[in-house]
Amino acid sequence: MKRRSKRPGGLRRRFVTPEGVDLQLELASGGARAGAFVIDALIMIVILIGVTLFLLYIGVQEMPEALGILWLIGFFLLRNFWFSLFEMGRRGATPGKRLAGLRVVARDGSRLTGAAVVARNAMREIEVFLPLSFLGMQAAQGVANTFLTLFALTWSGIFLFFPLFNRDRLRVGDLVAGTWVVEVRKTTLSYDLVGAAPRQRRKFPEEALAAYGIYELQRLEHVLRAEQPIAVSTVAATIRDKFGIPSDGDDYGFLSDFYAELCARLEQNMLFGRKRESKHDA
Amino acid sequence: MSGPLVNATRFRLEHADDWAKLESLVERLEKKSLRSLSDDDLLDLPRLYRTTLSSLSVARDTSLDRSLLAYLEQLSTRAYFQLYGVQTSPGRQVLRFFATGWPSAVRALWRELSFCAALMTLSAVAAYFLVLSDPEWFYGIVPGGLADGRDPSASADFLRRTLYDGADGPLALFATFLFTHNAQIAIFSFALGFALAVPTVLLIGYNGLMLGAIVAVFASKGLGPNLAAWLMIHGTTELLAICIAGASGMRIGLALAFPGTATRMDAMVAAGRVAATAMLGTVVMLGVAGILEGIGRQTITDDGLRMLIGGTALAGWLVYFFWPRRGSGQAA
Repeated sequence: MKRRSKRPGGLRRRFVTPEGVDLQLELASGGARAGAFVIDALIMIVILIGVTLFLLYIGVQEMPEALGILWLIGFFLLRNFWFSLFEMGRRGATPGKRLAGLRVVARDGSRLTGAAVVARNAMREIEVFLPLSFLGMQAAQGVANTFLTLFALTWSGIFLFFPLFNRDRLRVGDLVAGTWVVEVRKTTLSYDLVGAAPRQRRKFPEEALAAYGIYELQRLEHVLRAEQPIAVSTVAATIRDKFGIPSDGDDYGFLSDFYAELCARLEQNMLFGRKRESKHDA
Repeated sequence: MSGPLVNATRFRLEHADDWAKLESLVERLEKKSLRSLSDDDLLDLPRLYRTTLSSLSVARDTSLDRSLLAYLEQLSTRAYFQLYGVQTSPGRQVLRFFATGWPSAVRALWRELSFCAALMTLSAVAAYFLVLSDPEWFYGIVPGGLADGRDPSASADFLRRTLYDGADGPLALFATFLFTHNAQIAIFSFALGFALAVPTVLLIGYNGLMLGAIVAVFASKGLGPNLAAWLMIHGTTELLAICIAGASGMRIGLALAFPGTATRMDAMVAAGRVAATAMLGTVVMLGVAGILEGIGRQTITDDGLRMLIGGTALAGWLVYFFWPRRGSGQAA
């Protein structure tokens, strides 16, 4: 699951609510954000092409003036406010970001204001559209010489890869607006491994329970929830071999009993202030 | 025989109903709006949120069930953003923008705004005298496409016609094009402020130069007042909008260059929000200017009336922005 979450220097950040609880937000990775942007850009292009074709189809010969005005304004709104309008909504995300499981958040934890959303998206003008239109204009006039192309590419390169060069993955727009983009995953509550019903069937030797810490317990949880027979039997065999426990043919039952025992033991120790991170912990 | 009853299990038994309830409320909030919740649900929401949040803290301290922790974490986060992170309804936001946000943002930019207005005026005056003294300057300042024949070699008659004759072709379309183009420039000059405001200042100065050069051409043929009337009807709104956009760009650049006592990052964020609000307003202004240009300038050909409309528009904007009002102390 989120294996790297505890690793220092990862993408987890403190985010303390007014109630004083640290939610530990996970920042969006560069790849996820690039993917979200590509999706949005594609949707915008498809809308633009679709509407244009439709208008051409309706008024093939003489483009009526009203349609032309509508097209111009529509293009303007699409280009400048697609991102802002969606990010001002309850999800704080454009369709692309929603698909990627991302959301825009004010860095200081306060309300995400409309001004911040407008600021972060207006900056897109110099990050993406300026170099693009610059290149396009040069190409259209047939004067896109090597130097100008190189310049435009360097310019957009600096801005496009800007998020990779700071530890909070901030775009220039995020920098100016005081926002960042975080992952908001939807997970459902998985079933309880230990189970409400008491059902202890196996006893385990003391040294087997004493051998492991929280890290091993949570790896075990991962294996049990994944329910892959090969992994389950491998882990069960390893534990049995290590402590000389005879096999009773039910690897999964063996492991879940072991999990329950170990979990109870570690939890109890934790209550007494003895937290054991892993088996290497004394 | 009772087995090991771990905390996670006890915990789930006690609170799982609350979590599920909160999850369904959050789900509905994310999909629809605040109005989709009943009064009871609305009263329940903060309680459930706090319960879940305290569940999270307790679970972090006592439970080793990783999936439970992950679930509580994401549920609390989603609920937090629905409770704290979301803005008021769109209608109210628009209302607030026009009632206080925009004017107070412009007021906050008054220093930059006066600088931009002065810069534009000075460049215009400079270009005016340059072109009067040597018409060759005109070609260096105004691109041929934009001048469209309105250069020093044009006859007075031709120039007069450009002021009073309705142009042929779809003018409303042209006005719309100008609006979107100008609005794009306004957004640009905001964003370019990030480069320490230098491009923004250049843009404003250049705009003033072109203005002065064109005025000089018309004035040299005795058409100065007529041009002024022609320009004023929408120009007062448009030029003010350009100045505000420039001012908003400058604000960002200045915050970046001279953050004062705040950290550079904080200064930039504060400046960015004020500037973005002002910049968004200029898009509205340029829309108004586009309407004035597309409709007013063609149908109204009387100089006095043109000046009256332009002057009224300018006075209206200034009153709207700078009229002291209650609650103006807490600028955006």
